[in-house]
Amino acid sequence: MKSYWAIFKKEVYHILRDRRTLLVLILLPFTLVLIFGFAITNEFKDSKIAILDQSKSVLSGELINHVAASQHFFIDDYIMSIEDIEPIFRKGEVKMVLVIPPDFEEAFTRMKKADLQFIIDGTEPNFANTVNQYASRMVNRFTSLKQGQQTSLPYQIGIEARMIFNPELSSAYNFLPGVIALILLLISAMMTSLTIAKEKETGTMEILLVSPISPLTIILGKVGPYAVLSFINTVIILVMGVYIFDVPIRGSLILLLVMCLLYVITALALGILISTKAKSQQVAMMGSLVVLMMPTMLLSGFLFPVTSMPMPLQFISKIIPATYFTEIIKNVMLRGAGLQYVIFPAGVLVLMTLVFLVISLFSFKTRLE
Amino acid sequence: MIVLLYIIKKEFLQIFRDKAMLPLMTVLPIIQLIVLSNATSNEIKQVNLHVEDMDKSQFSQRLIHKIAANNIFHITSSSQNPDDVYRSFMNGTADIVLRIPNNAERDFYRNKSTEVQLLIDAINGQAATVGSGYLNVIVNSFNKEMRSEVKMITPNPNGTMIAIEYSNWYNPELNYKHFMVPGILGELVIILILILTAMNIVKEREVGTIEQINVTPIKKWQFILGKLIPFLCLGLFLMVVGLILGKVLFDIPMVGSLWTVFAYVVICLVTVLGMGLLLSNYADTQQQAIFVAFFFVIIFVLLCGLFTPIESMPVWAQKLTIPNPIAHFVAVMRNVLLKGSTMADMSYRFIVTGILALIFNTLAIVTYKKTI
Amino acid sequence: MDKTKKVITVDHLTKKFGDFTAVDAITFDVHAGEIFGFLGANGAGKTTAMKMLIGLSKPTSGTGTVAGFDIVKNPEKVKQNIGYMSQKFALYDDLTIEENATFYGGIYGLKRKVIKSQIEHMLDDLDLRSSRKQLVGQLPIGWKQRLAFSVAMIHDPSIIFLDEPTGGVDPVTRRIFWEKIYEESSKGRTIFVTTHYMDEAEYCHRLSMMVAGKMVAVDSPANLKEKYGVKDMNEVFVHIANQEDWR
Repeated sequence: MKSYWAIFKKEVYHILRDRRTLLVLILLPFTLVLIFGFAITNEFKDSKIAILDQSKSVLSGELINHVAASQHFFIDDYIMSIEDIEPIFRKGEVKMVLVIPPDFEEAFTRMKKADLQFIIDGTEPNFANTVNQYASRMVNRFTSLKQGQQTSLPYQIGIEARMIFNPELSSAYNFLPGVIALILLLISAMMTSLTIAKEKETGTMEILLVSPISPLTIILGKVGPYAVLSFINTVIILVMGVYIFDVPIRGSLILLLVMCLLYVITALALGILISTKAKSQQVAMMGSLVVLMMPTMLLSGFLFPVTSMPMPLQFISKIIPATYFTEIIKNVMLRGAGLQYVIFPAGVLVLMTLVFLVISLFSFKTRLE
Repeated sequence: MIVLLYIIKKEFLQIFRDKAMLPLMTVLPIIQLIVLSNATSNEIKQVNLHVEDMDKSQFSQRLIHKIAANNIFHITSSSQNPDDVYRSFMNGTADIVLRIPNNAERDFYRNKSTEVQLLIDAINGQAATVGSGYLNVIVNSFNKEMRSEVKMITPNPNGTMIAIEYSNWYNPELNYKHFMVPGILGELVIILILILTAMNIVKEREVGTIEQINVTPIKKWQFILGKLIPFLCLGLFLMVVGLILGKVLFDIPMVGSLWTVFAYVVICLVTVLGMGLLLSNYADTQQQAIFVAFFFVIIFVLLCGLFTPIESMPVWAQKLTIPNPIAHFVAVMRNVLLKGSTMADMSYRFIVTGILALIFNTLAIVTYKKTI
Repeated sequence: MDKTKKVITVDHLTKKFGDFTAVDAITFDVHAGEIFGFLGANGAGKTTAMKMLIGLSKPTSGTGTVAGFDIVKNPEKVKQNIGYMSQKFALYDDLTIEENATFYGGIYGLKRKVIKSQIEHMLDDLDLRSSRKQLVGQLPIGWKQRLAFSVAMIHDPSIIFLDEPTGGVDPVTRRIFWEKIYEESSKGRTIFVTTHYMDEAEYCHRLSMMVAGKMVAVDSPANLKEKYGVKDMNEVFVHIANQEDWR
């Protein structure tokens, strides 16, 4: 036990000495939460559009005013002919051109049916869809404004939609679990694999290994401080979530923290596994970046829906610890679920941890022989 | 000049000799490109539905059939027990619960109005809104069918309407991969190059070889250029391979001039290399360099417009993308490859990146100290 | 050879790190072809002083010239004319013997032909002809050190600086290394060497002793022994160190 604390303390000194790394480790959760919370929104506003008004009538003027008054669109340019559309799109700023045909007003007043054309830059498919939706909605509103309110029809099937768990559709509910999973993985797995690789590179690992301390104590002593650091970061993220973004903790806080701890252990085991394979810091770094960070960010369902991915990727998603962890967090924290609903994903994490540890122990032994 | 060649040769020798790093620098980014291009789709293709049909009528059955016919919705379970609603959310088997109340059919025919309920798990806001949006459309069209059956066909013949005709240019099928692949390629190459260069000089410092170089009469710019060019070549090589793969595997369009693309790639890579070397000059250890580089990479990636459009960001965040080479890179790749934008169209990006390149490389040369 | 020609002149050279004075106004000269030893305990300021001479560190005050060039105004000119081998072994482990030598020859701006002939010469000299394609990282430490010494001289500098060149090698290898130093000296190369091995000090033509940043003695080993009335350099060292202790 004494030797354990000796190693633990040594690692704490390393962490505290290297101010820049420490600063990054502390700043990272803040930055991520703030970026996800404030910068990455799917809010749709001030999208730049151009207008090609061939009608130049009173009605088209009213329509343009209606568009200009909306929060969603910003009229960046007025163009004169169809030929102007191509160059304006190529500059990449304007996303949609609203074409008002010459007979717009006449058709609207006489025939009761006018045409409008949206020409959308479709390179960005999601954005194109959104632009289309908002523009259509705006034109519909314009139409109903022009002709007065419609009365509702009989034989109506009403739809009562209730957004449960997240009535205000706050994006924080979605990203917070993902950010926790990412940060814990980053600090636990990446830091430990790097620090162990560093001791191997500089040769200090050998000195530790020839000491009478068992290899297990050495490894545990090395990873201990990172576990503590990860845990502190988890608490920081949770506090920010609750107080800045009003994300509730509906389930048991203790269960939540226990689950975080379980995930930290899984991540540490993964870090140890990587370090037993990596000879240098560079390799450990690239390894953790590719094997851990990318899949965790992209395949755990945190940024992109897993169900849209091809089967092999859905399978990979199933073997990523973060997938199970985010599920646990969402259940406990946001849905207020009890232990019985997280027992399966938690079991998977325990199993993964054991597998990682067994493999690293195996490769550790073969290396010594 | 010849001195430069010797440094470049040495860097290349080291790159090719490191058998552990070489595959990580060449094969892995390619694999990542393929994997990520398939993974990063925001399209919602599947929404799981739990149905609580309390009515058990012909009306409710028809509605359920109509929903099931749409291939986005998977009806994973159905029951009449209200407890199952909670359970299906907790188990993750349902994103949305459709609740058809008792007497839905009777109300429809007798009271000429009825109601169905959607309970939407809104933790993933996007899936929730998309899913409920589709369900709304389906229910409305079901409503129309039912209405025409009870012979109330006409939807107000006197109403004026504006018909909207829309066309999506450049990507009429709204193929998500065409949009993502060029961006992901740029992002991967930049991250790799940034991290490799950030670690490079620090490594020489850690090992001690840098001191031996510092006592030679080598010029600072020779040394920095010697470090820069091999990684520039690596970056260009990856770009070429990536673009070929993108064409072969994903059939990404290449409307614009590849010369424009590569002219920009060179400027942008030089910027990134300058950043990496600057970090390398300041870092004491490789670990530190890695972490600081990583910190910037993560901010650059999240705010580069690859996953969420820059237009949707608040103004301050949009301003933060100006010194972000990945953001410019992604924009240029998309505009030139998909739309055929010319160098003149992209002049803003070229100029901004050029200035960044100048700033970072000057700083890298100035802050590289041959003395202690 | 003109033994009276001064190739290194140092005048009141000082280096301060904050309040700490690492090198305190040292003054001395080194003559052409001389083996000049720089002695002192660890932390006495030897390495710092040497780093100022080779242009790795800027002096806080004082002046000096090396190979006729001012170390403050013209450090890059100095570098062209000197060789340097540090206590930390500084060849690339992941390059072969030949590649390392070619690289260093290249950055000194040597012609390809010259590099080639220098390498052949070097390989003969070290008897490493058969292992030219071997990675430096796989060589035993003694070989590495002799190789580093040869590579440091690939551009045929008139002065070579050695910073504790024989740290961590066995006595036999050290002996061979010093034979090599003598050989170079006999060719007219000036050798400037720091060490804390007192037996090595005996090999030097002239010695300077540093204690706590100050230069306390500069003379030949024989004169120093006579001056302090002792038998070997060890005793000289202990004597001087004790004398200076009260400061």
